[in-house]
Amino acid sequence: MIEFDDVSVTFAGARSPVLSNVDLKIPEGELCLVIGRTGSGKTTLLRAINGLVPHFSGGTLSGRVVVDGRDTREHRPRDLAEVVGFVGQDPLSGFVTDTVEDELAYGMESLGLPPEVMRKRVEETLDLLGLADLRQRPLTTLSGGQQQRVAIGSVLTTHPRVLVLDEPTSALDPLAAEEVLATLQRLVHDLGLTVVLAEHRLERVVQYADRVVLVPGDGEPVVDGLPAEVLASCAIAPPVVELGRVAGWRPPPLSVRDARRRAAPLREQLAGLPAPDHTCTDPGDAVAKVADLVTGYTRLPVLRGVSSTLSRGEVVALMGRNGAGKSTLLKALVGMRVPDSGTVEVGGHNPADLKPTRLLRHVGLVPQVPGDLLYESSVARECTQADKDAGVPSGTTTALFERLSPGVPADQHPRDLSEGQRLTLALAIVLAAEPPLLLLDEPTRGLDYTAKHRLVEILRDLAAAGHAVMLATHDVELVAEVGTRVVVLADGEVVADGSVPDVVVSSPSFAPQVAKILAPQAWLTPTDVAVALAGVTTVSRP
Amino acid sequence: MRPQHLVTFPRMLHPGAWWLWALGLAAAASRTQNPVPLLLILVVTGFVVAARKSDAPWARSYGAFLKLALLVIAVRVVFQAVLSSGSQGPTVLFTLPELPVPGSTGIKLGGEVSLEAVLRAFYEGLQLATILVCVGAANALGSARRLLRSVPGALYEVGVAVVIALTFAPQLVTDAARVRAAHRLRGQTGGLRAMKRLAMPVLEGALDRSVELAAAMDSRGYGRTREAGPAARRLTGLLVLGGLVGLCVGVYGLLSGTSADWMGLPMLLAGTVLAAAGIHLGGRRTGRTTYRPDPWALPEWLVACSGLVAAVTMFVTVETDPASLVLAGITAVPPVPVVAVMGILVAMLPAILAPPLPRPTPESTTRTHEMEVAA
Repeated sequence: MIEFDDVSVTFAGARSPVLSNVDLKIPEGELCLVIGRTGSGKTTLLRAINGLVPHFSGGTLSGRVVVDGRDTREHRPRDLAEVVGFVGQDPLSGFVTDTVEDELAYGMESLGLPPEVMRKRVEETLDLLGLADLRQRPLTTLSGGQQQRVAIGSVLTTHPRVLVLDEPTSALDPLAAEEVLATLQRLVHDLGLTVVLAEHRLERVVQYADRVVLVPGDGEPVVDGLPAEVLASCAIAPPVVELGRVAGWRPPPLSVRDARRRAAPLREQLAGLPAPDHTCTDPGDAVAKVADLVTGYTRLPVLRGVSSTLSRGEVVALMGRNGAGKSTLLKALVGMRVPDSGTVEVGGHNPADLKPTRLLRHVGLVPQVPGDLLYESSVARECTQADKDAGVPSGTTTALFERLSPGVPADQHPRDLSEGQRLTLALAIVLAAEPPLLLLDEPTRGLDYTAKHRLVEILRDLAAAGHAVMLATHDVELVAEVGTRVVVLADGEVVADGSVPDVVVSSPSFAPQVAKILAPQAWLTPTDVAVALAGVTTVSRP
Repeated sequence: MRPQHLVTFPRMLHPGAWWLWALGLAAAASRTQNPVPLLLILVVTGFVVAARKSDAPWARSYGAFLKLALLVIAVRVVFQAVLSSGSQGPTVLFTLPELPVPGSTGIKLGGEVSLEAVLRAFYEGLQLATILVCVGAANALGSARRLLRSVPGALYEVGVAVVIALTFAPQLVTDAARVRAAHRLRGQTGGLRAMKRLAMPVLEGALDRSVELAAAMDSRGYGRTREAGPAARRLTGLLVLGGLVGLCVGVYGLLSGTSADWMGLPMLLAGTVLAAAGIHLGGRRTGRTTYRPDPWALPEWLVACSGLVAAVTMFVTVETDPASLVLAGITAVPPVPVVAVMGILVAMLPAILAPPLPRPTPESTTRTHEMEVAA
């Protein structure tokens, strides 16, 4: 169905090609997962399928890409609209119209299909994707999962044979991600569509894939093959595969179900060993106190009486579905929301009363889009500005950034950094003023495994150095790695507050993969298991 | 009879019909400062909006426009009171402390405020306010966005550009708020430099989104039209442009009432013909089709005509009985222009003639509420 024949792509002004000599055949009806680090060329590979590379992006493509018998050299993306459906990373920025129904019809209108055909296909697509009761809704009022399904539906109405998706679930919470993946699964199995998708959150998708294409980057050859084969030797792997490696299972399991069925001996082996409890052994003094906090909109409180204390040395994970009030709590802690009743105290002050210049000495927040904090034209100038803002000796921020993310050229534009580097730059800027309390909103959005491991190390170091860290996140694996306490919010109230194993092991939505495999034992990460098996009974934790 | 011709069949009326109706009323308001027909027009728009508005977000715009209209009147009256020269009328209401201004400018701050000056300002303000409220009513009843869906094929690109701009503008505002909040976290306070720092990430974000949108549109077949020769394209452009200029001059001539005769109706007609020809010619080459176009059936004709009746009766009154549209003295009791009033009352009929709106299903309303909570 899709054929790459000795394809190399070089963008204008680049010294080396993004992709070199890619030979790849994706047969009809497969769900093909493209993996690789950020910046390795995954997106370029996907965009070459419908001709956006090089027709839209510029650059030089040598070799041939043939989709359903059409060569992208002779066909522009718009000429492939009824062959390849392409869904970009952020569905909202790809929407042309403003209601669900119109968006579904847009592609067909461009192709000039007769009205009767359009009417019929829109109805069919609404049913296929379960969007029928949303048909009149404005697109901006939809949830993330619904928007992603509309984006998929809007390219399906032209009846393409291939569906290409660039990180369809990376911005979604676990439930919405499942919604989208179930839809894709159905399209592959019921309609025989060929689906190619790139994704960082392997733990979510790898079990559905028929084929994995690893794009290693740096001009190294692309590897493709069965998921188990590719993942067995690959540095990028979800926890279930890592556990498989620890336990010596070959080929490695890809789903919780696979692993669970093979895990009985491992559970026996681990039965006598104490699982590390991940709690902070000796929390320092409290840096923030929230008591009976109510805040939100008129007659619509988002937080309804939340109380909690954050102490030095703790890493507190804030979980809960979208709209539960996670971001609002973080905003209240930096004074962006004023309490309607109750109190917020950070370092003994109400953060809303503090001047910005004093606030940053007490609390730092890395927002969901770290780029919001950045505005200078180079990393070096960004760091100098941060030194000035924080009133610290010059060079402090640069040194911090160098420690968090070594080897980034100082003259690079912040926009050209990878997601992970941008996050660490924002982190360095926030940390320059040494706030005792550090807040992170969805830090792992768009991060690959390498960047995530780095983040975990950084957060552990910060907690060990006496910072209190609170992160609002959907990423259960991150929580399992780094959390010392979990606070679960639902409908603006705290429904659980306790040590990570106590809260997550029995929860169907918040349990990490390892916990699901080894339940009822309270193991959270492959590393814990590996350490325990190696005969070390206690794990040192910050 | 097909159901869309029934005035009882619940559906959304074509937004174009509402805009024609409202423009008719606005045209009527533009020809008089007599408060009787003006207030009547306000009542009529309010009544129809109350009877036929949906619960969509844009339906709230009537209230917003009403507030704006009150502000217009208030500003006008206050300025007149503060800046009026005492010669405007004999009835002095009260005297403000006067501020000395060099004599040659002819401006006076404060001093005596006369009833006549205030009343005149009120009537003038009321006229502008009424026109504004008409636009607000049109916006509340027929979404401007849905109206853009019905633009003819030749103007399709313009329509797309406007829709995208309408989506991007609010997005820019939310982005700016988000980035500002983030900058506060870096310990920065307001000021001119803050503006510069704000512009950079916000514009970058907008640029990124535009590129994403262009890629999405390209891969979904945008611009796959049947090719036309440059000559045909130029002819279409010329016809549409010429037609639109003709329309504008015609409307201006008709509404201003002081310009030469040829600028009115003849120019309007010529412009309409030219524009229609251009649009027809351009529409032939696009090769696009429209999904579920809003039907234009009997209720649309009735609504549009009721607005037209209001305008026509007003224009007839201007010709036949101009005395009933102007006040004998600024403090005199306003006369009642019977024909025009009847016409304006006809424009109230859409409250019944426009089809009722379909009742939203309980499920969709609760979901909307949930979404608001989530947001």
